[in-house]
Amino acid sequence: MTLLLIGVGIMLLGGVSALLASGSPRLPVALGIGGVAGGAILGLIPTLRVLLGGQTDSLQHAWSVPYGAFSVELDPLSAFFLLPILTVSLLAAIYGGEYLGGLRGARCLGAHHFFFNLLVASMVMVVLARNGVLFLVCWELMSLASFFLVTFEDENESARAAGWTYLVATHIGTAFLLALFVLLGHGGAGALDFAEMAARGQAGLVDGAGLLFALAVVGFGTKAGFMPLHIWLPEAHPAAPSHVSAVMSGVMIKTGIYGLLRVLTFLGAPAPWWGWLLLAIGASSGILGVLFALAQHDLKRLLAYHSVENIGIIALGLGVGLIGMSYGSLPLLVLGFGGGLLHVLNHALFKGLLFLGAGAVLHSTGTREIDHLGGLLKRMPWTGVAFLIGAVAISGLPPLNGFISELLIYLGAYRGATEPRSLAGLAVLAVIPALALIGGHATACFTKAFGIVFLGEPRGSAAARAHETGLAMRVPLVVLATGCVAVGFCAPWTIGVLGGVVAAVSGRPAGELAAELAFASEALSTVVVVSVGFAALVALLAVGRSRLLAGRQVSESVTWDCGYASPSARMQYTASSFAQPLTLLFDKVLRTRRHFAPPRGLFPLSRSTFHTATPDVFQEHVYAPGFAAIDRTLGRLRWLQHGRVQLYVLYIAVTILVLLVWKLG
Amino acid sequence: MTLWLDTLLILVFLTNLRLLGSSRLGASVRVVALQGVVLGLLALASRGGDLTGHVLFLAAVSMALKGVVFPRLLFRALREARVRREVEPFVGYTSSLLVGAAMLGLSLWVGTRLPLPTAVASPVVVPVALFTILSGLFLIVSRKKALTQVLGYLVLENGIYIFGVALAQEAPLIVELGVLLDVFVAVFVMGITMFHINREFDDLDTEQMASLKD
Repeated sequence: MTLLLIGVGIMLLGGVSALLASGSPRLPVALGIGGVAGGAILGLIPTLRVLLGGQTDSLQHAWSVPYGAFSVELDPLSAFFLLPILTVSLLAAIYGGEYLGGLRGARCLGAHHFFFNLLVASMVMVVLARNGVLFLVCWELMSLASFFLVTFEDENESARAAGWTYLVATHIGTAFLLALFVLLGHGGAGALDFAEMAARGQAGLVDGAGLLFALAVVGFGTKAGFMPLHIWLPEAHPAAPSHVSAVMSGVMIKTGIYGLLRVLTFLGAPAPWWGWLLLAIGASSGILGVLFALAQHDLKRLLAYHSVENIGIIALGLGVGLIGMSYGSLPLLVLGFGGGLLHVLNHALFKGLLFLGAGAVLHSTGTREIDHLGGLLKRMPWTGVAFLIGAVAISGLPPLNGFISELLIYLGAYRGATEPRSLAGLAVLAVIPALALIGGHATACFTKAFGIVFLGEPRGSAAARAHETGLAMRVPLVVLATGCVAVGFCAPWTIGVLGGVVAAVSGRPAGELAAELAFASEALSTVVVVSVGFAALVALLAVGRSRLLAGRQVSESVTWDCGYASPSARMQYTASSFAQPLTLLFDKVLRTRRHFAPPRGLFPLSRSTFHTATPDVFQEHVYAPGFAAIDRTLGRLRWLQHGRVQLYVLYIAVTILVLLVWKLG
Repeated sequence: MTLWLDTLLILVFLTNLRLLGSSRLGASVRVVALQGVVLGLLALASRGGDLTGHVLFLAAVSMALKGVVFPRLLFRALREARVRREVEPFVGYTSSLLVGAAMLGLSLWVGTRLPLPTAVASPVVVPVALFTILSGLFLIVSRKKALTQVLGYLVLENGIYIFGVALAQEAPLIVELGVLLDVFVAVFVMGITMFHINREFDDLDTEQMASLKD
């Protein structure tokens, strides 16, 4: 525990000294990255010890804030979320040093590093905090630090707008959390300590647990990106620098999932509808998220929608687990929560990898527009292969890590179908088609993203001039890609770690859960055997190919020239044309806008153009009109604000007088 | 002693009325200075016979600040800003006096209703304190010039001071000094602000600041 708090201290110290050293071109970068690196490495030691050992570690300190206490604890649930927070932040910090290297001297990087370190430190504190006040303070710090990171390029109108969207969304979420904690802790002094809340939950003393759960879903769901509350993700992630997107999408949105799980431990036995609600949210986030991702042309916006999709998958897992918990079915509980939690870690790995890969593409070509890229695999082989591994992993294809966690949720769903309680089984059965639909579309979407960006020929001069990035940007990619492969292949042996985490969420003893995990581990080892066989086959084919080619002339030519004598890069599939069959099928949902000026006449003289845009349906049809209506309503009060100091004082004076007279009269 | 106290309180009341009806900036500054001196005497009178060094010291500092330092600061600001010496009210002088009468009525009514923690030295203390506070607020609200806003603020502060004299028998020295320092800094800052407003808008008229709203 002490090590972890020292680590947080080092991060903050690095951030503050980076801010103070803003004048120098190199010093803030070194101090900022050094702070995160030192803090993360120190923090990983206790994190791994708790995860592998299973014991908890806590620290209490008095705090003069009302209802507050500096109370922190590292239990398996916190440690499980700390692992991706620390590793992905560390890798992103190293990557960021080179990513922003071109701006050295031109821009105040000290502030950027300060907020980055503050974000990492506050995320660590959010998962450690064991007091409502401390938790909310760290939560707000996290939101504010990430707001300043999103608006790094504040000279761009779009970055400022994205920042506002994020700030409004996150504060609406926090408002719900505030209500949640006020309702949870109305029992007097010490009532906001998590230990006390958990004890009251266990004893079944919580009134209106359903309302509290709903508040938690909205409050934490805004941060996590549950579907109708997700609108800040596709705005903020493209606007932020890529390593910040990797941290925000990879780990920061997971603090929402953490918060939801932590609050679940305060609410006692769950009602069945909680699980149903999470299943519905998960299915809609997953399916709509991946559909919107398919329709995007902006690489980072596409990845942002995939975050919504993956949060949906996590919610499906948690929903299965909750249904298991409320019906007392152990297999559902273990496989659902286990799959959902494992997907948290996996998504951090591959989404971090994909955002860093997209950042490398952006860094070397200067564009996020998929239709301007192409042929990058030959120019950036490291980035290309790492991106491919990430793409396979996120599509949930074996043998990589995405498949493992989705398989656990599938297994849970099948086990639910064979349970004698038919109602639970029915609900859980719906998970299977939802997951299948998500997986299929994700594969299509990443075939599009990888195919258009990395394969074929460059569609523009920027892509043609692309070059591989430096070591500091390549190493994090390689580490994360290795992580994706390693989790995929080592799953049968490491899955036991989840036992302690699921025990912390469900309140069941870890020993009870071990049998179910053994069942999952058995299924996973079959998967690994098949995967190893597949890998061996691929290796065999590769060796055979190089044998056959040995001593022969090898020449290279274009992949496919459509039978034309002189093909041009413009004849290739574009991102929109590749996705069109699928997007047309779901046009009712997506409402893609097509601007098409077709060529006229036999010898068309005017330029013909085609352009599509798929704005977010919720943003267009729910939030924009809703906020416009609020603006109109409140605009009627605009006359109150006229800029005269005298009248402002008059308002205050009259209010006080009226109160005085009312009180005395 | 009550006679002295009442006389001083009535003097404060009269200075307030004079402020409400005054059309000249210079006269207003002088009246506020007078009020400050009267307040210092009031602090002495409220103690009755037992004048400790602490009370004397505070009264002296208070009188020096309010009677000498502030008027000097304000007159300097007036000179440097070279403004017209008129008050330029939103509400006319006669109407201001009528409003003052209404405020006096309100203060007397509140004075009879307001529950107080301790007995006060004189029945007019609370109404006069309230009336001073309200007059200060009214000056802030009804006058255009930034300088009158500072005067209004000082009068408001004086009203709170009377309340303090009436109620808190023995406030710690550090608190009273802190309050004085507070007022001093406030006047100082407002003086600087006035200077900047004047430079920016070529006028001390706060009306101009309405153009700053969005």
